Amino acid sequence: MVEAHGLSKAFGPTQALAGVDLEAEAGQVLALLGPNGAGKTTLVRILTTLLKPDGGWARVCGLDVVCDAPAIRPFIGLSGQFAAIDKLLTGRENLEMIGQLSRLGRREARRRGDEALQQFGLSEAADRLAKSYSGGMRRRLDLAAALIARPQIIILDEPTTGLDPRSRMDLWFAIEHLVAGGTTVLLTTQYLEEADRLAHRVMVLDEGKVVAVGSPGELKARLGGDVVELHVTRDDEFDMALAAIASLLDGRPDSDRDRLRLRLPAPGGQATLKMVFNLLDRAGVAIDDIGIRRPSLDDVFLALTGHATATSPAKPHPAGRRRGAREGRTP
Amino acid sequence: MITTEAPVQAKPIRTSRGAAVLTDTLVVTRRNLRRIRRTPRMMAVSSIHPVLFLLLFRYVFGGAIHTRRFSYVDYLVPGLLVAITLFGSTTSVAMATDLGSGMIDRFRSLPMARSAVLAGRCLADVTRSLFVVMILLVVGTLTGFRFHNGVLAAVVAIALVLAFSFSFSWLFALVGLIVKDPQTAQLAAFLPVFPFMFASTVFVPLTSMPGWLQAFARFQPVSSAVNAVRSLAEGGHHTALFVVLSVGWMIFFLAVFGSLSITRYRKS
Repeated sequence: MVEAHGLSKAFGPTQALAGVDLEAEAGQVLALLGPNGAGKTTLVRILTTLLKPDGGWARVCGLDVVCDAPAIRPFIGLSGQFAAIDKLLTGRENLEMIGQLSRLGRREARRRGDEALQQFGLSEAADRLAKSYSGGMRRRLDLAAALIARPQIIILDEPTTGLDPRSRMDLWFAIEHLVAGGTTVLLTTQYLEEADRLAHRVMVLDEGKVVAVGSPGELKARLGGDVVELHVTRDDEFDMALAAIASLLDGRPDSDRDRLRLRLPAPGGQATLKMVFNLLDRAGVAIDDIGIRRPSLDDVFLALTGHATATSPAKPHPAGRRRGAREGRTP
Repeated sequence: MITTEAPVQAKPIRTSRGAAVLTDTLVVTRRNLRRIRRTPRMMAVSSIHPVLFLLLFRYVFGGAIHTRRFSYVDYLVPGLLVAITLFGSTTSVAMATDLGSGMIDRFRSLPMARSAVLAGRCLADVTRSLFVVMILLVVGTLTGFRFHNGVLAAVVAIALVLAFSFSFSWLFALVGLIVKDPQTAQLAAFLPVFPFMFASTVFVPLTSMPGWLQAFARFQPVSSAVNAVRSLAEGGHHTALFVVLSVGWMIFFLAVFGSLSITRYRKS
């Protein structure tokens, strides 16, 4: 459906993409995961014919994004990073306009517009100017606009950035229904949980390069099993804790000094937990919290890139916290 | 809850390329007109500008400016009709705003005509010009302006003003596409305006300028349009010549700035 090979693009001295290969199969969700500046948007702009690559090629539905750009456009629906809706038009007018510009004809554009407004729960707000919409409503309207011509491939650039948890869930449902209907979805995200929840395949991008590809399960499996995570009570005991469990840490310790948090692989499960507990107890280190955690995609990301995912603008999902997602840590 | 239908292959309506460009342009024009209608304050402010110019020149400078064949108000109003369409920063600002808001990205990802976004912008701004022209004619009439050359010539004169506005707005669209930022666009749009507006026959006759400037001021696009409109409105020699010269400039502007804007739009 979508394939690319060796894509590269530079903006002046900045190498936004440095040889990216990509493949998205029909009816699947491919998530491009990466922090700000990883090259996600550049990749999206190339695949949607908005930008020409410096090197490499990309095909959408078998058509080249450079040579056959006009022929590709009817097949794709784009929902960009900022909701590209006209705030001085009503929801209905926005959809009708995009429908008409997608060559649907006025009557059909209007009919599908009304349909979409209903599907996305915007019927009541249909005749209000979009500037009065909430962030979530704007996003839904934007998605509705991207879908109005019923494209085979829908490309979403950070669809849920800046949304509250409720709107985020709504959008996830919408995307899942799309996929159930057979649409191919390519989405970019900074949120690991989003990729985990929606994607069949995840491509991790960092500094313009693909650092890993696989299903969320495969990526997590790379980390091999469970980890023990613990939280030291006192700032001045952090180094003591590190020293106490040094024998169990192979290589780089996964530590977060600011949050007084430590993680280490737990191949032995409960036994490892007990061992860590005893070691710390003997060294006289006080701990707040200790437990076994399943690896999250966060852990995968950290392991792959050496730094955590980008700072989330808000704490987006409480669930992420429960699963040990780290927020706001910079390398 | 949200449900979505199974995607079906989009069934594009087959139309000829020309018809497609026209439809797309009209759709975009309607969008822009709606935007204009929904920002009445901007319309109000942009109509104060020309009225201010009219009153200031009519009553402050007018007494010191000698126009041989015309009363000054009959000289000034046709000139201003052309000149006010040069307050085209709204075109540049709107273009830059659309670029920044992601609207242009969306348009460019659609299977629509590339030129329609720009043509729709320029057409909508001509409508705005028409509104300002009407206001200026009303205030002009109140301050003594009259058409002295018959209704038909007056209508042709106004049509010429609108055509001039359309051709010049491609330049303003280009400025918006180049500077990209609405605030900068606001300022940048005035750069091409001042020399063309003041070194022209809008406000003063050529004879008051030094010889080297007269050469420029006589034939430059704004003067050409002003001379044609003034001739049509008030009667005079060489009307046909002025009209031909001015239409020639418009075609030149459309060709040059039209193609530059469209090229720029494709790459933006």
